Amino acid sequence: MNDQSVQVRIPTVMRPLVGGEKVIPATGATVRAIVADIGGRHAGLAERILDKDGELHRFVNVFVGDEDVRYLDGLDTPVPAGTEISIIPAVAGG
Amino acid sequence: MNGLEVGNTPLVRLRHISPTPDVEIFAKLEWYNPTGSVKDRIALAMLSAAEAEGRVGPGAHLLEPSSGNTGIALARLAKMRGYRMTVVIPANVPGERKNVLRAFGAELIETPAEYGSNGAIAHAETLAGGDHVMLFQYGNPANPAAHYEGTGPEILKELESVDAFVAGLGTGGTLMGVGAALREANPGVAIVAAEPPIGEAVFGLRSLEEGYTPPVFDPDAIDGKILVRTGDSVIMTRRLMAEEGLFVGPSSGAAVHAAARWASKMSRGRIVVLLPDSGWKYLSTGLWTGDVESIVDRLGGQLYF
Repeated sequence: MNDQSVQVRIPTVMRPLVGGEKVIPATGATVRAIVADIGGRHAGLAERILDKDGELHRFVNVFVGDEDVRYLDGLDTPVPAGTEISIIPAVAGG
Repeated sequence: MNGLEVGNTPLVRLRHISPTPDVEIFAKLEWYNPTGSVKDRIALAMLSAAEAEGRVGPGAHLLEPSSGNTGIALARLAKMRGYRMTVVIPANVPGERKNVLRAFGAELIETPAEYGSNGAIAHAETLAGGDHVMLFQYGNPANPAAHYEGTGPEILKELESVDAFVAGLGTGGTLMGVGAALREANPGVAIVAAEPPIGEAVFGLRSLEEGYTPPVFDPDAIDGKILVRTGDSVIMTRRLMAEEGLFVGPSSGAAVHAAARWASKMSRGRIVVLLPDSGWKYLSTGLWTGDVESIVDRLGGQLYF
């Protein structure tokens, strides 16, 4: 574990890609680097998080701590060491 | 009662919740509506618009996907006006919601728990047409309009300045409508969504292609989104009871948790947070008794927003 290490919470729909784990470790200083890191170790995972243009998939929300990165700096949002990242599919209520 | 007595709900200052001394948090208490939730506003607006357009008339059969509150509000109006009402509802909502719907004469079609509200929407879309009229809260412009014309101006009537508005994200109608109204008064207001703590409940979404963003919700029209874990919403729901004397449902707890988080990022100003319903429909979850962890386990499999 180096000083850029974080935990990433994986939604149920993506757990089959990570051996069923709910939370996986990752390293990287930005959301983009984190996605590249976990995508490199788990085949198919990056393709579920990013669209074909390399942007965040429109039905995927990524939170650094409790804040949605769409309202921070998107994939360039800094990820402080020790932060929890959550990947959550878009769902409706009402 | 003629169905028109919706809105004009109380706005009260929360005295013990803001973590920042110079940030005041005001709560809009939406259970002061006829069926006890914010959804009476959009149900009346959507149905009135459809009647005015001639889409709904005598003998109509309404169909709506809803996790509860919208269905309940529409069922009441349908009963009063002589329409048939069918609600497509995820199986894993607290039992009180189904019981209230049946009390108001609605017929229920349950959809599999693991598909959540997204599944209820998809199933309702396959049934719509023919004899059914689907007002469709997720795509009906009368939904945000009810908040633009009602909820937003009500807030502005009581507070001359609002720096942030926080509400849960379900259809997005509240955030869009209130947001637009508040922005006209103060272009710098922050519109903030509380992302409901729901991920674990929707365990069976087969692929992200089945993710869903409601047509009425424009993600670019808000300024921030706070993720609220189930445990945090339970804790705040209990704090609101113990410290403010407010008996609220868990989505209200989630919204107030997000408002407190936003307050921690501000140095001064006023936040308005919308509390969609009260605690009565959640008694079966045991939300107010027992340890938080066991409540989280129990709520984790249920849809309650």
